[in-house]
Amino acid sequence: MTDLRHRGARDTDQQQPSEDKGSDSELKPDKDGVSDSESKVDSGVPEVPVPPDDTPEVLNKALSGLSSRWKNWWVRGILTLAMISFFFIIIYLGPMVLMMIVLCVQIKCFHEIITIGYSVYHSYDLPWFRTLSWYFLLCVNYFFYGETVTDYFFTLVQREEPLRILSKYHRFISFALYLTGFCMFVLSLVKKHYRLQFYMFGWTHVTLLIVVTQSHLIIHNLFEGMIWFIVPISCVICNDIMAYMFGFFFGRTPLIKLSPKKTWEGFIGGLFATIVFGILLSYVMASCRYFVCPVEFNNDSNSFQVDCEPSELFQLQEYTLPSVLESVTGWTTVRLYPFQIHSIALSSFASIVGPFGGFFASGFKRAFKIKDFANTIPGHGGIMDRFDCQYIMATFVNVYIASFIRGPNPSKVIQQLLALRPDQQLHIFNSLKAHLIEKGLLPAMEVNA
Amino acid sequence: MTELRKRGGGGGDPDSTDNISDKEADGEDRLGLSGDAEGECDVDSKTDTPDVPVSTADTDNTPECLTKALEGLPPRWKNYWIRGVLSIPMISSFFLITYMGPIALIVAVMGVQIKCFHEIITIGYRVYHSYELPWFRTLSWYFLICVNYFFYGETVADYFGGLVQREEPLQFLARYHRFISFALYLAGFCMFVLSLVKKHYRLQFYMFAWTHVTLLIVVTQSHLVIQNLFEGMIWFIVPISIVICNDIMAYLFGFFFGRTPLIKLSPKKTWEGFIGGFFSTVIIGFIMAHLMSRFQYFVCPVEFNSETNRFSVECEPSDLFVMQEYTLPAVLQNALKWETVNLYPFAIHSVFLSSFASLIGPFGGFFASGFKRAFKIKDFASTIPGHGGIMDRFDCQYLMATFTHVYIGSFVRGPNPSKVFQQLLMLQPEQQLGIFHTLHSHLRERGMLPPAATQTE
Repeated sequence: MTDLRHRGARDTDQQQPSEDKGSDSELKPDKDGVSDSESKVDSGVPEVPVPPDDTPEVLNKALSGLSSRWKNWWVRGILTLAMISFFFIIIYLGPMVLMMIVLCVQIKCFHEIITIGYSVYHSYDLPWFRTLSWYFLLCVNYFFYGETVTDYFFTLVQREEPLRILSKYHRFISFALYLTGFCMFVLSLVKKHYRLQFYMFGWTHVTLLIVVTQSHLIIHNLFEGMIWFIVPISCVICNDIMAYMFGFFFGRTPLIKLSPKKTWEGFIGGLFATIVFGILLSYVMASCRYFVCPVEFNNDSNSFQVDCEPSELFQLQEYTLPSVLESVTGWTTVRLYPFQIHSIALSSFASIVGPFGGFFASGFKRAFKIKDFANTIPGHGGIMDRFDCQYIMATFVNVYIASFIRGPNPSKVIQQLLALRPDQQLHIFNSLKAHLIEKGLLPAMEVNA
Repeated sequence: MTELRKRGGGGGDPDSTDNISDKEADGEDRLGLSGDAEGECDVDSKTDTPDVPVSTADTDNTPECLTKALEGLPPRWKNYWIRGVLSIPMISSFFLITYMGPIALIVAVMGVQIKCFHEIITIGYRVYHSYELPWFRTLSWYFLICVNYFFYGETVADYFGGLVQREEPLQFLARYHRFISFALYLAGFCMFVLSLVKKHYRLQFYMFAWTHVTLLIVVTQSHLVIQNLFEGMIWFIVPISIVICNDIMAYLFGFFFGRTPLIKLSPKKTWEGFIGGFFSTVIIGFIMAHLMSRFQYFVCPVEFNSETNRFSVECEPSDLFVMQEYTLPAVLQNALKWETVNLYPFAIHSVFLSSFASLIGPFGGFFASGFKRAFKIKDFASTIPGHGGIMDRFDCQYLMATFTHVYIGSFVRGPNPSKVFQQLLMLQPEQQLGIFHTLHSHLRERGMLPPAATQTE
C-alpha cells in the first residue's frame, strides 16, 4: 500500500517540522539530486521507486507484529506526539529560538517547492538556476528581516554605526541586491531554454510570495505576543486532528472532490471542537505574562524580554450572558478574557477557511501528480504538507491584529517621526499637542509654542 | 520580407528601441478593437503553438489615410514613417495629459496598467490554450480589482486624509481597509479552489501563478508610479522621459555608428548605441531637470485640498529645487574657467536617474525580449500600429518606476508627514502621550523649542 512508500524516504531526517536542521537542508540537494534523476524518466512524477526505510529500527521492530495499516497509524501517531512535544520545548526556549525555527521551516518549504518545480520541468540542469533561486530567497529574506530588525531593535541599530547605515538605506540596498539577481537572470538566458527559464523564474517568485512573506507575518505575530503565534497554530493543528477524528467516526458525506477523504461531518465537528479548544486554550494562556506580553528587546541586557503590564485584552472582564445561556447554565454573568472572544474568530477562520489552503495544496499535488511534497517526515510527508493550512492563518492573524487589535507599532512611528525634517516634526508636534489637549490628555495650560 | 509581415500585423519590431510612451487615449480606443483582433488570433493560433500572432487574420490597425499616403514608398521606409507618425501623437498625448493635471495622469496610469495586464494574461491564455477554463477570466479580473482596491485604498487613505475623516462610510472603509482587502482576496482564492476541475488542474494552477506574477509586476509598479507622482510631477515626468530618450538615442547611435552587438537576446542592440545613449541621456536628463525645476507645477507635492475638493500643486519648493552654488573641481575649473556653478540639486539626482535608465533599464527590455522569444510571440499585442502592444512600450519603464520610488525613499526624504500623523492618531492615548514627550525632548535637544518650557505633567 501507500504505507510502504510513506515509510520509505530518501534521507535520514526524521525530525519534526520545527526542528532546526540547517545542516540537513545542505545534505538534501544531493539526495534530491538522486531521486530527481530517477524520476526524470517519467513526466514529473517524483515518485520514490525503492526507498530506504526511514522509520527508526526500534519502531519497526516494535510494530512488526501489526498489520501494515495499523503500523502506519502507529507511525503517524508516534510522530505526531513527537512533533507536538517538540513544539512545547521550542516555546519554552523562547522567542529567539522560535524565530530561528520559523526561518528554517521557511527554507525547507522553499526547497521542497522548488525541487518539485525542477522535477516538473526536468530543469535541474538549467544554468545558474539553482544559484539564482537561493539568491532570490536570500534577498527577500534580507529585505524582510531588515525591516523587522529595524522596527524592533531600533535602539540597538542606532547605536552601532554600520547597522545604522544599513538600516537607513535598507530599501535601496535590498533593491540593488534584487536587481543584481534580475540582471544575472537576464544574462543567463540560454537560447534553447528560454521558456523553461521563464517558468522557473515565475515558479520561484510565486513560491517566494507564498512562503517567505507569510513566514515573516508569522514573526510579526510573534512579536505582538507569543500567544498570537501559539494559539493560531494550535487551532489549525487541532482542527486537523478533530476533523480527522470526527470524519473517522461519523464521516459519511464527502466534502469536496479534491480531497475525497474529507467529509462534512468532519468539517462541522472540527469547527465546533476547535472553537471550544480555542476558548479553553486561550483561557489557560492568557493568564501567563510570558505569552501575553509583546516581545521586546532590552538594550541593556541585550536579550529579549517578555515582561509588561498585560493589556486590556488579557484582563478578566465580566460579560452578561444572553438570556438563552442564562437559563441553560444558571449563571448571570461570566468572567472571560476578551482575548477568548477573539479566539472564537480565529478558530472559526481556522476551521472554515483554513482547509481551503489544504485543498489548494491537494489540488497542486494532483496537478503535478505527486503524492507528497517531500518525504521528510515518515508517515506525514514533507514539511509543506504539515504547514499548508498554516499559511493563510498567519496572514489572517496579522491582518486581524492590525485591523481590530490596534494598528501601528509605536516605536515604528517614533522612528518615522525622527526621520522627518525638523520643520515637519515641529508641525506634527503642534498638531499632536492640539489633539491631546482636545482629548483632555494634556492640561490646556501648556506654555510652549 | 519581414517588413510585409510587420506591416500586416501592425506589430512593430520587438527589439525596437523606439520605446515611446503611449497615452491612454490610444489604449482606451483600441481596447475594443484589439480585443476582437486578439480574439481572432486566438482562434487561428490555437491549433499550433502560439507562434507569431501576426497572421493575416490580423486586421491592419493603420488608418486608411496613412496607408494611401504612403503607398508609393518602399516597404521599409513605410514602416519607419508609420512608426514616426505614430510617435508624434503619442508624445503629444503625453504632453496633453501632463497639462491636464494629476487626476488625468492617475487615470492614464490606471488605463495603461489594465491594458498591460490584459495583454499579458491573453498571452498566457494562448500559451496554455486555456481560454475556456471555467471561471478563469472572471477570476483574473477579480484579482486585478482586489489588488487595485488594496493599493488605491492605501494611497487614498494617505493622501486624502481630510476627506476620508469627514465621510462616515469612507472612515469605516479606511479603518478596516486591510481586513476588507484580505477578505476580498480570500473570496477569490476560495473561488479558485472550488473551481478546480479534474482534467485541468495543472492548467489552472499555471494560470493562477501567471496571474499572480503579472499582478506583482504590473500592478505594484503602477502604484509606485502613482506614489512618485504624488511626490511631485517632476518625479513622474523626468524618469519616463529619460527612458524614452534613452531608447531613441540608443537607437539613433546604433543606427549611425552601430557595429558591435551587445547581447544575443536582442541582436539589434549595439555597444555603440548603448554607450552613446548613456552619455546623451545623462546630458538631456540634466538639461530637462534644469528646465523643469523652476515650475511649481512640477515640483510641488500633489496635495488634495479639502475645501476646494481638488488637487493643488502649490508650495514652497523644497531645497532640492532651489538653485545652489557648487564649487567645481579643479579639473573642470581649468577647462571651463568658471569657479562655481549654479545648479539645482535635483539636476544632480537626475544624473543618477539617467545612469540607471541607461545602464539597468535595458535589462527590462531584454527580459521582455526573452519572454517574447520564450513564448514565440512577436509582440505583446497589436494595439499600436508600428509599435506593438502597450506592454512593448512600457517594458523598460517598470524597473525605472521602482528605482525612482526606492531612490526617493532612501535619498530624498522618507516618510510622508500626514501619513505619520495618521498613524499617530490611531495609537492608544497612552502611547500618544509617550510619543509626545519623546518628541518634545527631541525637539528641545535640537533647539527647535525653547528649552525653558515649564512642562506640567
